[in-house]
Amino acid sequence: MIEVDNVTKRYGSTTVVDSVSLTIAKGGMTAIVGPNGAGKSTLCSMIGRLIPMDEGSIKVDRFDVTATKGERLARRISILSQENHVTARLSVEDLVLLGRYPYTHGRTTVEDREHLEATIDFMELGPLRHRFLDQLSGGQRQRAFVAMVLCQDTDYILLDEPLNSLDMKHAVAMMKLLRRVCDEQQKTIVYVVHDVNIASWYSDRVVALRDGRIVHDGNPSSFMQPEVMESIFEVDVVIREVKGKPFAVYYG
Amino acid sequence: MTLRPVKSIEPGIAASVVVVILLCFVSIAIGAYSLSVIDLVRGDAEFHDSMVMATSRIPRTLAIVLVGMSTSVCGLIMQMLARNKFASPTTAGTVPAASLGILTMALLVPGATMFMKMIVATLFALVGTAAFLLILRYSPMRSPLAVPLVGLMFGGVLGSIATFFAYRYDLLQSLSAWTEGDFSRVLKGRYELLWLSAALTVVAYLAADRFTVAGLGESFATNLGLNYRRVTVLGLVIVATITAVNVVTVGAIPFLGLIVPNVISLAIGDNVRRAVPYAAIGGAAFLLVCDIAGRLIRQPFEIPISAIAGVIGSMVFLVLLIREAPRGS
Amino acid sequence: MAVSLPVSRLANALPRTMAWTPLVRLAVLILLLAIATVAFMTLESRGNWDFVLPFRGRKLAALVVVGCAVAISTVSFQTITSNRLLTPAIMGLDSLYMFVQALSVFFLGSATMIMIDPRVRFLIEILIMASFAGALFWWLFIRSRFDLHMILLVGVVFGILFRSLTGFVMRMIDPAEYIFLQDIFFASFGAVDRTLLGISAVLVTAGGLVVWRVQDRLDALLLGRPMAIGLGIDYQRTIALLFGVVVVMIAVSTALVGPITFMGLIVSFLAYGLAGSWKHRYVLPASCIIACLLLIGGQTILERVFSYNTTLSIVIEFAGGIVFLILLFRGKYT
Repeated sequence: MIEVDNVTKRYGSTTVVDSVSLTIAKGGMTAIVGPNGAGKSTLCSMIGRLIPMDEGSIKVDRFDVTATKGERLARRISILSQENHVTARLSVEDLVLLGRYPYTHGRTTVEDREHLEATIDFMELGPLRHRFLDQLSGGQRQRAFVAMVLCQDTDYILLDEPLNSLDMKHAVAMMKLLRRVCDEQQKTIVYVVHDVNIASWYSDRVVALRDGRIVHDGNPSSFMQPEVMESIFEVDVVIREVKGKPFAVYYG
Repeated sequence: MTLRPVKSIEPGIAASVVVVILLCFVSIAIGAYSLSVIDLVRGDAEFHDSMVMATSRIPRTLAIVLVGMSTSVCGLIMQMLARNKFASPTTAGTVPAASLGILTMALLVPGATMFMKMIVATLFALVGTAAFLLILRYSPMRSPLAVPLVGLMFGGVLGSIATFFAYRYDLLQSLSAWTEGDFSRVLKGRYELLWLSAALTVVAYLAADRFTVAGLGESFATNLGLNYRRVTVLGLVIVATITAVNVVTVGAIPFLGLIVPNVISLAIGDNVRRAVPYAAIGGAAFLLVCDIAGRLIRQPFEIPISAIAGVIGSMVFLVLLIREAPRGS
Repeated sequence: MAVSLPVSRLANALPRTMAWTPLVRLAVLILLLAIATVAFMTLESRGNWDFVLPFRGRKLAALVVVGCAVAISTVSFQTITSNRLLTPAIMGLDSLYMFVQALSVFFLGSATMIMIDPRVRFLIEILIMASFAGALFWWLFIRSRFDLHMILLVGVVFGILFRSLTGFVMRMIDPAEYIFLQDIFFASFGAVDRTLLGISAVLVTAGGLVVWRVQDRLDALLLGRPMAIGLGIDYQRTIALLFGVVVVMIAVSTALVGPITFMGLIVSFLAYGLAGSWKHRYVLPASCIIACLLLIGGQTILERVFSYNTTLSIVIEFAGGIVFLILLFRGKYT
């Protein structure tokens, strides 16, 4: 269980996250949505202990993220942030195997190998496994980074805009994959996403932020209401049913 | 339809010009040989005094003003072309390249005239700076702070090449004379090249709007119908020539091209047409103050202006950096 | 890393009958180093062993200590800054060193300087440099949470500050003292005091062991800050530790042989290409061996072939500068 308790983050005089409290139970996919500058990424980074909070506390399975030893946390929660630049010339396999670092510190064991093979198979990275990261397309690289996070084999997975720079086909493939990870491996996935339709289509729960506060929290169908979405995003929204699920049209 | 430009009066300019003129008088008045400016103005001065004035004091003060103005404007243009606040002739390889050019002339054509040295130094400065801009263009650095770091490394490399040859041919002491600015050797007949810098500063002012647009990037500039490449070349030629002229005549002044434009940009923004006059006046004032301080601190000795400018400049720059830089985590 | 391509291509052109695993590569490098060492120790000795061996042995030791200091500090530094174009020498420590020297000559005179126990002088110099860098790091990184580039830039600016001050002091001293300072300011691998070597060797070994102990963390740091934290690295502490080691290493090498800025670039560039692995377990030893090989081989060639004595550092700096330019124009590196 992830427990966010009254967390606030300020940059200078602007409050980016404003006393947010949130509990995410084990299992399921939670999408964090909201307009630009709502504090989505900041919240995600604070849960992943990439940045410290000014007030409040965050616990993952009762471990306070600011006080617990990094390694212990790294076996429970993994995070993939938005911008990932790797200086070294690593192959896909090298990268994915680094996901095992919290367990074996880079000395590869038989068990690590098994995890590697399983992840490579699962992510369909077999043909790319010996390619270097700088030889991959944006979508392939993103898949490799997600594979690394999966290889870390944590109960909780945080993804900050995992669909960045992915086209329709790859975005949908990535979401299906995350859904499978969640269902088949009983992982808890929390991800930041811009597209409200993606969020509602694939998630079990949608948390909406605006101006650093939670303005909506519930299942996709409670989120996919015109008045809810209009109050969050300030656009006119029409909800239609497509393939039996609500779909938001906000163009025009 | 005729297009009439909007005229705006900058009250700040007038006030700062007055300050610079006052500083000029102070600069002329002080020195190892005491002069009374009032006597000179009244015409009561001795003949000898007028000689000192005409051959040494006035040229020196003029040189300071010209170098201050032109270097500072150079920095402004560099920051536009490199689209980075921390670019300047010293942090983009221009000064080291110019010194390398002078060294080359000293080795190959020992009897070269100042003008010949200047031409070669300009060519070197042009190539060095263009190379650095190309690097920036083809391998954009993610952190804005990486640009001056890589630029300084680049300058260090040029410096290591210069040192390599200077050491072999026993020219190290001359090399340090070019890299450390000094106005004590300025005399009538030895500083006049600096007027070229002044002329180019005026050209920079006339082309100011183009630099503003170029500062927004190539696609933006092209969209507005500007020939980006031509503006870049123009800016490069101005920066390289001014830098070369200044290095040949008085040596390099650290930080001048960096801190003055940055302070100006903080105060009035990045519209080059508005910023150029302020940058020019600010540069002159900064250098005059450094020079006056250098001559007063340890009378009758003189502390080289590059040392004073380096000390004051680096401190100002540190303050700017720490105030402005975004925090990492 | 795209820039390592040509070197790995070079490596691929080597005989294919044996497997070029990282360990084999290390063994080949060690072999080359051994050959260079033997050549360095024995060429043109004219049977004068009693004199030649201790004399050259001392020089050899100095080269090894400096080589390892440069190699370890540069590789660690490039990993923690995620930038393979930077060397720790740009932090302005060399200028601080020159400033300290110039000040002591100014106040004490070269005659008095020579009389002070060199070990005491050496330790004081290292202490001054390390405490300055430590204070800077603590203030910017730990207290104000600026990113690493900021620390570097502030270091560079301090470097210019010290250089300005040095320039000022150098104008105030007489020409004889100027030459004395100039000798100090150019790296010289020939004139290292034996007493200093001991202390330096201890410091570099200690630093090397510290880095070796955390080499697995360095591997993870290659992924950048967010992923390293995600993998459970205590980022701030690890960076502080490595930064401390880097500073001591630079202080040692600067105090021992004078400022060397660009040598680290050639060393790390070759090490990434020739080690055959990105893991620090292989890159670190490879870089040390390559550094020693460059220094020992370079010194042998300069001394014995060109009978050209004092300028190895200037030649290596020159070559390092060229490597830097190649890296720059090749593009992708950050």
